[in-house]
Amino acid sequence: MLGRSANAVFWMFRYLERAENLARLLDTGFRMALTRDHLTAEEEWRSVIETAGMRDSYQEQHGTYAGIQVWNHILRDRDNPNSIRSLIGAVRSNARSARNVITSELWEAVNESYLQLNDLLARPVNQSGLADAINTVKRESTLVRGAMDGSMLRNDIYNFARIGSFIERADNTARILDVKYYVLLPSLSYVGSSLDNVQWETILRSLGAERAYRWLNAGQLDARGIADFLILDGRFPRSLSFCYSKIRSNLHSLALQYGEEVHAHEVMRNADLKLQDKDIDLVIDMGLHEFLSDFIACNNDIARAVETDYRFTD
Amino acid sequence: MSAHSPDNFDEMIDAEGGVRAAYEGYRDWYDEQDPQGLKRKHQEAEAFFRKTGITFNVYGQDDAEERLIPFDPVPRIVTAQEWRRLSRGIEQRVRALNAFLHDLYHRQEIIKAGRVPEWLLRGNPAYLPHMSGFTPPGGVYTHITGIDLVRTGPNDFHVLEDNARTPSGVSYMLENRETMMAMFPELFTRVKVAPVSNYPRRLARSLAACAPPACEGRPVVAVLTPGIYNSAYYEHAFLADQMGAELVEASDLRVIGGRVQMRTTRGFKPVDVLYRRVDDDFLDPLTFRADSMLGVPGIMDVYRAGGITIANAPGTGIADDKALYSFMPEIVEFYTGEKPLLPNVETYRCMEEDALKYVLDNIADLVVKEVHGSGGYGMLIGPTSSKREIAKFTEKLKANPHNYIAQPTLSLSTVPILTKKGLAPRHVDLRPFVLMSPNGIEITPGGLTRVALKRGSLVVNSSQGGGTKDSWVLEE
Repeated sequence: MLGRSANAVFWMFRYLERAENLARLLDTGFRMALTRDHLTAEEEWRSVIETAGMRDSYQEQHGTYAGIQVWNHILRDRDNPNSIRSLIGAVRSNARSARNVITSELWEAVNESYLQLNDLLARPVNQSGLADAINTVKRESTLVRGAMDGSMLRNDIYNFARIGSFIERADNTARILDVKYYVLLPSLSYVGSSLDNVQWETILRSLGAERAYRWLNAGQLDARGIADFLILDGRFPRSLSFCYSKIRSNLHSLALQYGEEVHAHEVMRNADLKLQDKDIDLVIDMGLHEFLSDFIACNNDIARAVETDYRFTD
Repeated sequence: MSAHSPDNFDEMIDAEGGVRAAYEGYRDWYDEQDPQGLKRKHQEAEAFFRKTGITFNVYGQDDAEERLIPFDPVPRIVTAQEWRRLSRGIEQRVRALNAFLHDLYHRQEIIKAGRVPEWLLRGNPAYLPHMSGFTPPGGVYTHITGIDLVRTGPNDFHVLEDNARTPSGVSYMLENRETMMAMFPELFTRVKVAPVSNYPRRLARSLAACAPPACEGRPVVAVLTPGIYNSAYYEHAFLADQMGAELVEASDLRVIGGRVQMRTTRGFKPVDVLYRRVDDDFLDPLTFRADSMLGVPGIMDVYRAGGITIANAPGTGIADDKALYSFMPEIVEFYTGEKPLLPNVETYRCMEEDALKYVLDNIADLVVKEVHGSGGYGMLIGPTSSKREIAKFTEKLKANPHNYIAQPTLSLSTVPILTKKGLAPRHVDLRPFVLMSPNGIEITPGGLTRVALKRGSLVVNSSQGGGTKDSWVLEE
């Protein structure tokens, strides 16, 4: 396949994953803000912008953190290259560019999602429309993933798409943890205080992990357990460990199909060493923030190695 | 029964109000249909087109980045007998065009014989001196041609334009048929229609048959597109997909070791046949436009050395020139030794003094076109233009007469479309698609019918509000 096509499917699925993650983040922010007083709510929305990595684009336009401004910036601002609307547009552009390496089913799922979301986000979203917008983004992204799962050959094209998805997902989980890492630190947490409980819940909810975590832990929340779950639990599909197992296996499939390993495989093995045999106490002792920064850098290294080794660009 | 103006030929209804033979089967079926049901199917078709992304980009319109070409669900039908005659004329014309191009880039016998003037080439940007003395693989210049036909009577088809540069629209021919079959399957069991779906396969085979000398093993075919923002991108992707060919952009290609190679995830791989959907100017910045960053530097050298086939051959675009068009009857006769089976539309070359005088005197009755124009841009349709528009155009014409030709306003045939009030006649043209390889010429039965959706309008171009129809050739 063409390097440019590989680049297109890779980014198509990165952007799709990013859009879905943002929807989840918005959902969390919205729930938090609803249960808080005005001032705390603004603080929550500020934190959402921070977590989404949109501080600069947001501050260019707004001075305050009113909810409606925040969610419209994230949902539909065309000047914000990472708004969901921009991202879905980029997903479709990449799908068009890769049109002849993806199935009609997948293309149509992308195209329909784009048409629907573009329509939905054509006008500012008010409070009563927010839940619908968030749910539509999540549903459409699920449909696209399903179309891929049910129709694409398991070959290089599929593997590049999956690597894109899991690089993005790992990055997202690590960033959310890193923005909030301080609430997970034992030295700073007031065990049992309601503030921490809420913050912990926010983290879990932003990653769609809250039910899974409660179910596994009989409803008990604790900082160490949460960090362990989100970083090292290979059963949870958004944990760093899970994402790496997927990237590893997709890289392995590429090596089988192409009959050779490339530098990216080496980079992956090195990154794996940092997660393998870790236990969470070790990670916390090392410094959670340091660990996460290092993880994000390694994750970027894997992405860059894949892009270079498989000649995504000239 | 649909009313139609008596001064043009209606392809369904004859002068006595009866249904012509070609439409009998369809008309019987139509009369049994529930009008509401038809309307609903029509809407479904639009939704289907939008969903599959069969859109085109309109130049100079910011608000609507992508638009659908309106689709009309009433087929345009010709009989097997009519088609046989037509296809003989088309084949003759394409053969002549290809022979003419070869001559033009070699000995120029036709100019020496005084049948075509030399000025046609001089200063014509579509004439490529780089092609002189070079014969493309298999001797084929016009791998894919679209011949635009208009009809004025039962046996009167005229060629309006030859499209040998990069003819487009074939994806609509294919998708329109798919859509019709999906919407009205029972119709196809009642009326036997010659299939068109093998076009991509034939195209792939035809291109592969023109592989260059450097090709080893099975020819690798790629479609070269300007990219996703091009108005015909949908078609480029569609054809690549249907042919199982790679869809490449110039930035994917590089000249390495005397071959044009594409950047794959596993390294560079040679391309044997490049079906390019970009103009000559954007092929090779080293040869054509030093100012352009677009294209594949060095591809023309590879081409001339037999390392790649470019389809259509560079320099073929001169066949689209409307001044040259006016010489097509001479060209056909010169190379085939036969009278043209398909006549031209009478054409006045405004660069000639007498012709210009005639055109200026009769401009309100004529259609005036730019010699190098396409897509319905830059033309004047005298009878439907205001005095001011005519005056403005007259100024342009006087200032630059050699840039224009003029033709009488033809009374184009009409074919019914589905409107809110049932069937109503609208003007149409027809673009059949012709494939050429050393193994011969293949013409897909039918082609693309374009239809002017506004009552009385003669402009069928999609860029000007025209639509398309499925085009049927009946089987015997």
